[in-house]
Amino acid sequence: MSNLITLEKIDAALSSQVATGAFSNIWLLIALPLLGALVLLLGGNRTNSFGPFLAVLLPIASFGFAVYLWLELLALPSDARSQNQVLFDWINIGSFQVPFGLQLDPLSMSFVLLITGVGSLIHIYSLGYMDHDPGKRRFFGYLNLFVAAMLLLVLADNYLLLYVGWEGVGLASYLLIGYYQHKPSAATAAKKAFVVNRVGDVGLSIAIMLMFFAFHTVTFAGISEKAEQGSATILFLIGVFLLIGAAGKSAQVPLQSWLLDAMEGPTPVSALIHAATMVTAGVYLIVRSNAIYDLSAGAQNAVIVVGIITLLAGAIIGMAKDDIKKALAASTMSQIGYMVLAAGLGPIGYVYAIMHLLTHGFFKAGMFLGAGSVMHAMNDEVDMRKYGALRKVMLVTFATFFVGYLAILGVPPFAGFYSKDLIIEAAFDRSLIAGIATLLGAGITAFYMSRLVLMTFFSNKRWEDDAHPHESPLSMTAPMVILAVGSVASGFLFTFNDSLKKWLAPVTGYQTPEPPIAIPILIAMTLTTVAIGVGIAIALYRKEVARVAPINVSIFTKAARRDLYGDAINENVFMRPGQQVVSATKNIDNSVVEGFVRFVSRLILGMSNVVRTSQTGYTRNYALAMLLGVALMLVLAAIVRL
Amino acid sequence: MNNLPYLSLLILLPLLGSLVVFALPAALGAVRVKTVGMFVSIAVFVLFVFAALQFETGTSDEFQLVESYSWITTFGVNWAVGIDGLGLVMLGLVSILVPVVMLAAWQDVAEDAVGKFFGLVLLLQSVVIAVFVATDLFMFYIFFELMLIPMYFLIGRYGNGDRRKAAVKFLIFSLLGGLILLAGVITVWVQSLRLTGVGTFDLQFLSTLGLDLQSQRWLFVAFFIAFAIKAPLVPVHSWLPDAAQSATPAVAVLLIGILDKVGTYAMLRFLLPLFPDASVELAPVALTLATLSIFYGAVMAIGSKDIKRLMAYISISHFGFIVLGIFAFTTQGISGAMFYMFSHGLSTAALFLAAGYLIQRTGSSEISMHAGAFQVTPLLAGLVLFGALSSVALPGLASFIAEFTVLLGTFARYPLLAGIATLGIVVAAVYALWLYQRTMTGHPSDAVSKIKDVTGREVVALSPIIALTIALGFVPQPAFDLLNPTSEKVMQQVSQVDPEALIEEGNE
Repeated sequence: MSNLITLEKIDAALSSQVATGAFSNIWLLIALPLLGALVLLLGGNRTNSFGPFLAVLLPIASFGFAVYLWLELLALPSDARSQNQVLFDWINIGSFQVPFGLQLDPLSMSFVLLITGVGSLIHIYSLGYMDHDPGKRRFFGYLNLFVAAMLLLVLADNYLLLYVGWEGVGLASYLLIGYYQHKPSAATAAKKAFVVNRVGDVGLSIAIMLMFFAFHTVTFAGISEKAEQGSATILFLIGVFLLIGAAGKSAQVPLQSWLLDAMEGPTPVSALIHAATMVTAGVYLIVRSNAIYDLSAGAQNAVIVVGIITLLAGAIIGMAKDDIKKALAASTMSQIGYMVLAAGLGPIGYVYAIMHLLTHGFFKAGMFLGAGSVMHAMNDEVDMRKYGALRKVMLVTFATFFVGYLAILGVPPFAGFYSKDLIIEAAFDRSLIAGIATLLGAGITAFYMSRLVLMTFFSNKRWEDDAHPHESPLSMTAPMVILAVGSVASGFLFTFNDSLKKWLAPVTGYQTPEPPIAIPILIAMTLTTVAIGVGIAIALYRKEVARVAPINVSIFTKAARRDLYGDAINENVFMRPGQQVVSATKNIDNSVVEGFVRFVSRLILGMSNVVRTSQTGYTRNYALAMLLGVALMLVLAAIVRL
Repeated sequence: MNNLPYLSLLILLPLLGSLVVFALPAALGAVRVKTVGMFVSIAVFVLFVFAALQFETGTSDEFQLVESYSWITTFGVNWAVGIDGLGLVMLGLVSILVPVVMLAAWQDVAEDAVGKFFGLVLLLQSVVIAVFVATDLFMFYIFFELMLIPMYFLIGRYGNGDRRKAAVKFLIFSLLGGLILLAGVITVWVQSLRLTGVGTFDLQFLSTLGLDLQSQRWLFVAFFIAFAIKAPLVPVHSWLPDAAQSATPAVAVLLIGILDKVGTYAMLRFLLPLFPDASVELAPVALTLATLSIFYGAVMAIGSKDIKRLMAYISISHFGFIVLGIFAFTTQGISGAMFYMFSHGLSTAALFLAAGYLIQRTGSSEISMHAGAFQVTPLLAGLVLFGALSSVALPGLASFIAEFTVLLGTFARYPLLAGIATLGIVVAAVYALWLYQRTMTGHPSDAVSKIKDVTGREVVALSPIIALTIALGFVPQPAFDLLNPTSEKVMQQVSQVDPEALIEEGNE
């Protein structure tokens, strides 16, 4: 259904400038939070008193500098907004030349503002949330490490350096998911997240090697320049392997299984890393690699398929979860599915993918912080069946959460209305199936989010006896309020006068989608679907909710509760056969390899016994045998000489 | 100071030092004896720094700091030494690891035996340095075999468990390799006499010998077996897990971090230059064994119940990567493999020594005895985690640069093989993080609940390793500036050129 798509194509020729002036200090953005991580993690207990405050101040400083750089970028003509700073030669071996270079352009700038902005808010929130935790210095150290690594990820000017940031955020994620080290479930979840992400890393690694193999360059600029010379097969393969990398980091099917378990981490972590920023890195990777995807419809289709499957799978899982954080995590998976789908649409979708990523950064981070606030009030209870009627006792939390709820539903004029509707329009332009999937997803989203809000803030009170919910302190509510404001206003601001489109188009290119259905009708269809979803949820969860999850449910609910059997598949396809490989290898090692060794040693021993009858210890026997062997070899060598 | 015989001094200094330490009376007290040993190893490091300052980077691929003295004139054996970038890097590894290991092992050995222990370590250092600087094939062979003596005693005397049996197994495998190598070395000499009328062991002369392919094949096999046992590669690896399990962690670092490097070092220094045609022809065999080792080692590591055994299998996997890079015959692969040899020394030290701190405290290296150490010893847990991540080749660490350049270099020639080898990074995450999970997280086990966190000395011992691992992860180029001329030289010796970019191929 890709009729009549080309209307305008903004010239994507963005020439890279050597960074001067303020831009020659781009590295400071990363260095500030990195400094915090080093001081807190290496300084040890000495930094317990001031460490957390330092850790909060540094990302704020980074954010301040980011805003300054943003204004400087805006002052430049749109084709000069790519500032490149090579700090030093990183790896030079023959034709493999990789600079340690940073690149600030509208795409990375958008991420930098999101990371440092939302990141700072969540640091502030954590001051309150982690107040009583004895290990909070370590927590803040990891959090700063995360911010630094994430900034490196989006500021790198080549794929290999991106990989360093990519793995850095993975490490921070690992450390923070497993933050409660005494909990075996947290340790298992952390390892799982890392291992599954490593599967994605194989994809990213191979993609980078393929780039070098085909183009002898791994810089973004080099790839953009040379991609057109690549064969269809190479471009398709690079696109697919990049997609595998993206799927790992962004919890897309089939590498989605780690994200729900990752909720073992402290809630601010879930908000920052597993909702607003790190998990969107896959979307960044795809959009950043637009030069590859624009030339390979096959790779684009793969991206779209992954996006569709994930947006639906996440939404379906979200319907059945009683754990508030897992419900939100399933929602994150689904929303990133939207972004990935949009990124797979090419120039008609890139801008909308990023727009949804940014609005999602506001409303999902806000809702996670809200969930944390609720947990904080309810003795760390996460089961929504033990919540209910909390709106009365936690007004600020409720209000900010509700704003986020309206935003994710796509109710006008909240942020999600703009960003999600645009993705739905673009999806219909590409294919009817993609369009219907996004529409359906919107309806399911409306259902599970309404269910979540109803079970938590409305319906009957189902608290545990020792629960005495109260509103959270200002350090926690203030960030929630600010994020709520973003959830209201950001969509409008991004679309006003096409601001985000004009800002990003020099990097990503842009084409106006022309869906086969008139846009006002599409909007009406979307809103109707959403209304149906909300309506069903209200009918089911408005008043009475059972304190224990019902057992006699349909196979669909059972499947959704078990994450659509993602773990079962992993277990049967990878873990069990893996264990069998391990034990089989051990058997081979013991019987074949060691058996041969035993055979040879017996042989030598026997030979030496023939020569030397008295036994005075193994070593001498062996040494003697060796001596004889040497003599024999010398004789043989002499014979060969003849 | 320009004309000092630096390399010979680097061999002699630790040798004399070891004799002094051996000779010191026990009445002097263990601390003084250890201090003398430590002092010698630091002096060796300082001497290395001075030698390194004489080394000129990137100007020439010839050997530098060369010395040559006639040794056994009848057979044309010379005491001939010299280093190129690879030699310098290996010397650096030895000079850094020995003092680190000594400091880490400060309390490992009983007071009355400590003099001999430190003496043996210095003796080993002297011999290994000789191996890394020898440019005479026979001199190399002599020291290649001599390495066994101090290591045999270090394992057999100071280890634990079945240490004698493990030491003997180590000795048998090594002697077997050495024997085959000796036959090869003699044959090379004989060939040089036959072809040129001059019987010599001079490396540079021998590399221009122009042996026929058939001879090269046989000699390649002999040398390769010897070096593959040393490295070690599957299927001649089985001595290493036993030796590492029985050795103290410090000795295991010397064994795996330094001694085993001789295997891969010698492939680059002797095997490829002497038998270039056979090396190219038989490369698929080496590449197959390398890939097999990567996965075999990793899988066996997952299945190991003993911490030290597990780490030994990790190293077998890593040696697979090194050999893969060497035999891919690309500049990136070979430079990467050499970088890997250095970074693997660092990651071995990081993981073995940190885990060794734990093992020394609980008196057991069984994984199942340990759990929840993080609760009791958070700093120790942090060090073990760092070692584990270094083994995983986490981007940002030296081991990542090594592993990625090896894989990239291999990919340029053998995309499918490199793609398969890349899957190894998933298995690596499993063995390393599972080890951490089992020993450090959860509730403290009985063995762990009473131990104390690491001391200042132990942290100081590891800090140069950690600092170098991170520094080389972000600034690896100084090392590559040293190593690239060597890899270019090796590429010339085997008459190989890097593959062109795919898009350029049509234009040729």
